[in-house]
Amino acid sequence: MRLSGWGRFPWCEARVRSFAQAGEAASFVGREQPFIVRGLGRSYGDSALAQDILLTRRFNHILDFCPSTGALSCEAGVSLDEIIAAFLPRGWFLPVVPGTRFVTVGGAIAGDVHGKNHHSAGCFSSCVRSLVLLLPNGEVRTCSPTDNRDLFTATCGGMGLTGVILAAELALRSVSSSMIEQKVVKARNLAHTLELFEEHGDAEYSVAWVDTLAQGEGSGRSLLILGEHAPGGPLRLAEPKAVTIPSWFPGWLLGRPVAKIFNNLKYSSISANGAQGVVPLHSFFFPLDGLLEWNRLYGRKGFTQYQFVIPKQGGPEGLAAILSRIAGSGLASYLAVLKLFGPANANMLSFPMAGYTLALDFKISSGLPALLHDLDRMVREQGGRLYLAKDARMEPAMLEAGYPGLAEFRDLRRHYGMDTVFSSLQSKRLGV
Amino acid sequence: MHVLILGGNSDVGAAIAAVFARKQGAFITLASRNMELGAKKAKDITVRYQVEARAVSFDALDYDSHVDFVVGLESPPDVVVAAFGYLGDQELAQQDFQEARRIIETNYLGAVSILEILARDMEQRGRGTIIGLGSVAGLRGRQSNYIYGSAKGGFLVYLSGLRNRLHKAGVQVLTVLPGFVATKMTEHLDLPPKLTATPEQVARDVYSAFRFKRNVIYTRWPWRWIMTVIRSIPEFLFKRTDI
Repeated sequence: MRLSGWGRFPWCEARVRSFAQAGEAASFVGREQPFIVRGLGRSYGDSALAQDILLTRRFNHILDFCPSTGALSCEAGVSLDEIIAAFLPRGWFLPVVPGTRFVTVGGAIAGDVHGKNHHSAGCFSSCVRSLVLLLPNGEVRTCSPTDNRDLFTATCGGMGLTGVILAAELALRSVSSSMIEQKVVKARNLAHTLELFEEHGDAEYSVAWVDTLAQGEGSGRSLLILGEHAPGGPLRLAEPKAVTIPSWFPGWLLGRPVAKIFNNLKYSSISANGAQGVVPLHSFFFPLDGLLEWNRLYGRKGFTQYQFVIPKQGGPEGLAAILSRIAGSGLASYLAVLKLFGPANANMLSFPMAGYTLALDFKISSGLPALLHDLDRMVREQGGRLYLAKDARMEPAMLEAGYPGLAEFRDLRRHYGMDTVFSSLQSKRLGV
Repeated sequence: MHVLILGGNSDVGAAIAAVFARKQGAFITLASRNMELGAKKAKDITVRYQVEARAVSFDALDYDSHVDFVVGLESPPDVVVAAFGYLGDQELAQQDFQEARRIIETNYLGAVSILEILARDMEQRGRGTIIGLGSVAGLRGRQSNYIYGSAKGGFLVYLSGLRNRLHKAGVQVLTVLPGFVATKMTEHLDLPPKLTATPEQVARDVYSAFRFKRNVIYTRWPWRWIMTVIRSIPEFLFKRTDI
């Protein structure tokens, strides 16, 4: 079966198997060939690709839920979408959600994903009370910040390279409404954007959409989107009607001229005083989930998402240089999302650290490798790093430079014999 | 409403159970051989949809147990879904009759045995719905899976006769003809993504056919037209094809 990550680049011919009971996964671990576990395939690059793949799609049972505390036990293949559908109407929500709800619990743990509230809530692992991990020798261990701590801190953010995540216990949070009070603030340029992040540091959710095509005075102009859970209102699933992007969608349509018009329209749709309103939770957190298969927008060649974080110290100058390099490159990025992260956690390969993160979509093109190579250098000079869940192309040296926990992670892999059992195209490319 | 899923551990069976739990708040009984998996699935339905669900042991090939199985049900089911099946290995079945026999018994004899008992009960009560999961493979024999196809073909004729018989008793018999579905049964096959349904899509189609009292449905719908074409090819040409 031919598979790719969400970016539809690169592709890989894979033998795929699934399982519905833990015993079947254990027999898969006992075989000769190394493999990687895959959930819904929403990591962008090659982290869920390998010649042999074990799918968690059918290992998706909810095991237990406590209606008084919000403690949820479920198998790794359960998606965040399923959790929200089952529990939001009862007043419970995930404390951390990424930009799509079509990821599995196992994938969210393996990527230690973050959301618009990283500055206050941390990564997905902060709502994981414990996880159940299948080790290379067939042993099953329950890991938490207190028990088997080394396995826990390696597995959260460990990109599936430490074992098969079988199940997890999550701590849901209570909400009294399925609506979000949203505020949009307009920022004139980069300095203004960063200033607004500081000013609105107490907002529960905050993220900025940046117009990467703006140059000169307006470079880094953005719309800062803030949100709080509404204190009251309905508790229901108002899923916007989804549209599916067809497989023949022509990639050239979304070139620079269209991006320029789109960005201008989007930026000017908000008046200088900003805008305020109450919106359904789904459209606030998952705006792109309404466009099913939106990864087809970039055409046949696919795209890559470049997401980096650089430390807060020196961040403004670093961001300015990076934005000007992108604007000068002539390559359009539709989706450019900027966020101010809170502090890093203890997990060995977790991506976030205190600083600024920018995520950019680029269509695969001939000029792209040179641009990204330059960006790599700039990110490295700033002491930053790239997000493994998005990456399809960084070089091993870039990983070494950005992740101080890598050596410990490699040691742990060797110690438990994980390095010969779990491998992805990404882990091979990067020598993890 | 009590919904009995025979083959409750199958991907399609479990997906149909989920739709009835969500839309009707139905009481679900999942019948299968693997009780450990069945119990897990029943608990999942209970927590997700806040309905009652349980797992019971059922072996389609243990014909003698079928009467006791039906008597042992908590209440007479309002909807019965025959979702169990065995694809088997065509090449092996050509060499080894035991494989051929297992395919035919599971997909045809087992279904006839259990559905006759349940049908009699529904006929007497004068209401109910029987949903049979057939296959487009049962519409025309092909070299790649004709043992399976012939068993499903027999099942399709059985369902049509049953529908004829139960019509006057007010019992609905729904024949479901799935094309490719991405399940455990087909995961080793390289299926064309555009023609391959998810179990959830099949379940939605089944539920809407149940609501609208349909007799026969194809799922996904393009299969109706694909099969019309395949069935219209004259035999002297068809025997030369390699599909």
